[in-house]
Amino acid sequence: MLQALAGQLLVGLINGSFYALLSLGLAVIFGLLNVVNFAHGAQYMLGAFVAWIGLTYLGIGYWWALVLTPLVVGVLGMVFERLCLRRLQGLDPLYGLLLTFGVTLVLEGLFQNAFGISGNSYPVPSLLQGGTNLGFMFLPRYRAWVVVASVAVCLGSWLVIEKTRFGAYLRAGTENPPLLQAFGVNVPVMFTVTYGYGVALAAFAGVMAAPIYQVTPLMGSNVIMMVFAVVVIGGMGSILGSIVTGLGVGLIEGLTKFFYAPAADVVVFVVMALVLLLRPAGFFGRSR
Amino acid sequence: MTRLVRNIALLCLPALFTLHAGAQVSNDVVKIGVLTDMTGAYSDLAGAGSIIAAQMAAEDFGGKVLGKPIVIISADHQNKADIASSIARKWFDEEQVDAIADLVTSSTALAVMPIAAEKKRITLLSGPGSTPITGESCTAYNVHYTYNTYAMAAGTGRAVVQQGGNTWFFITADYVFGKSLEADTTQVVTSSGGKVLGSVRAPFPTTDFSSYLLQAQASGAKIVGLANAGADTINAIKQANEFGLTKKQSLAGLLVFLSDIHSLGLATAKGMYLTTAFYWDRDEASRAFSKRFFERHKRMPTMVQAGVYSEVTHYLEAIKAAGTDSADPVMAKMREMPVNDFFAKNGRIGVDGLHRHDMYLAQVKSPEESKAPWDYYRIVRTIPAAEAFPPLDPRCPSVKK
Repeated sequence: MLQALAGQLLVGLINGSFYALLSLGLAVIFGLLNVVNFAHGAQYMLGAFVAWIGLTYLGIGYWWALVLTPLVVGVLGMVFERLCLRRLQGLDPLYGLLLTFGVTLVLEGLFQNAFGISGNSYPVPSLLQGGTNLGFMFLPRYRAWVVVASVAVCLGSWLVIEKTRFGAYLRAGTENPPLLQAFGVNVPVMFTVTYGYGVALAAFAGVMAAPIYQVTPLMGSNVIMMVFAVVVIGGMGSILGSIVTGLGVGLIEGLTKFFYAPAADVVVFVVMALVLLLRPAGFFGRSR
Repeated sequence: MTRLVRNIALLCLPALFTLHAGAQVSNDVVKIGVLTDMTGAYSDLAGAGSIIAAQMAAEDFGGKVLGKPIVIISADHQNKADIASSIARKWFDEEQVDAIADLVTSSTALAVMPIAAEKKRITLLSGPGSTPITGESCTAYNVHYTYNTYAMAAGTGRAVVQQGGNTWFFITADYVFGKSLEADTTQVVTSSGGKVLGSVRAPFPTTDFSSYLLQAQASGAKIVGLANAGADTINAIKQANEFGLTKKQSLAGLLVFLSDIHSLGLATAKGMYLTTAFYWDRDEASRAFSKRFFERHKRMPTMVQAGVYSEVTHYLEAIKAAGTDSADPVMAKMREMPVNDFFAKNGRIGVDGLHRHDMYLAQVKSPEESKAPWDYYRIVRTIPAAEAFPPLDPRCPSVKK
């Protein structure tokens, strides 16, 4: 019993690190741009597909994909921010939500048309194949890598935002963009770069996910609802909140799968409702 | 003498009827609507391929039956019962559709069947799998052509137990279809002398199965039965490999299509047992059809798509034999005539509408065994129709009569 529980907790942690990675990107974008980036799931899917296309047609392996894909998708994100999102600045956040939601539908439709619905397999890189028997469970090496890489990227992002000068600008921009601009910081460029970074994080998560899940056009839709719940629980726009909550939600979900599996996809939303009742701004959020 | 004349007249009577009926093609066209999933979870195993199959059937028939043109139309029901039934009503009321084919997803089939029966039109089901279709929900104007969950469970379940896989654990999709698949398989497993050690109900859809796979590993069962379909099955199989489950235990996919294997790849799917109604590389006739299909669709046909071709052809043959496209005589002919083509040998459609034909137990080849693209299955055994499909269900109203 205890052994089984340990296994479930570890599995929960692995899923949680995915949630953390995805919700971090959402939180960064919302914090600065005040945009509810509904296209995040599609950008995650795009990451997985770019990696798959690179491997299948160009022979680019996993490790290169891990670096190149976030760059490619991040740049696409920046172009999208410049051309489309920028025009909605100052309007109700609802417009941004609608735009990004529309983009999601278009992207999913295009990929479905080109690659079908069942998707494609992406092999686990040879270095990370196999696994170790921990006694209470068999831990695939790749899953261990997912936890390490996600936590590293999350911590790195948190450090950049909290401890560097650029991070200070970012945080200032979150508070009061016009004032920051008055101090001579090029805020529009900062917005573009930040959006690109958030999108790159989604693409990074997509590459990480490709060897585990089937690469399908709808893979983003499956996970995005969960990630939004994480962001709401953690507090919209809170960086630390999204990381901690991502891991925590993974654990709660893992426990539910063990004790009463049919409720596994509901439990997060129950937690979300409770948090909204007791702390409307989320665990780490501040009411504005 | 008078008796002789009377006898001759009596003998001629049916012929007269047939002659008269020859003119009876409603609206001077035989229109078949393919109602399927064009963009959703089942669009690879049915979808555009089903429409192509129906078009090929019409073309191969010569484009005409009883001198009237055959027209194939199609629509996307998005796997939603309400959309399916509103399209069906429109087709029947305004567009003079005589029969609706495919209807993948059981809920859409169950929604359209009573409408068709009420309007005396025919449903030709290939994609859906639920057993109530020919049980308590059966209608007199329906043919359930390709497979049902019983056939899948019976085929794979019995074969696996016979090969020594006598302890089972189920990972089940938590909705009607998954539960009925689990129940059907449990029955087959226990009646073949096996034992079910446990099961877990995973929400539908699930992308991460690791937690359920750990539970399956902990159960110690020799066989992990996947009572799910589509993307759920694909992800479960993929992750079972990752977690090393397949080293000590074996997977049994209870509803696996050729398109699933294609997207999984042989390296992941190899060794798995599955039941299928059709495999393209089974014999000369199936290869001939499938190669022509491949030319058009760029993918080999799944059993659902091959079933659509065969059922449409059988329907057209029945119209020809009955001399009319009126539903009652056509249904009678479809039940009367055996199906003999590349899809089925001596298949018979029962009074419940279920098409009972041989099924095949297949094992997925390893990458080394596979000689060509789409060379995926080794047919292990032919399951005779009587063993593959259930007997008449007394809950079906047509059976009671």
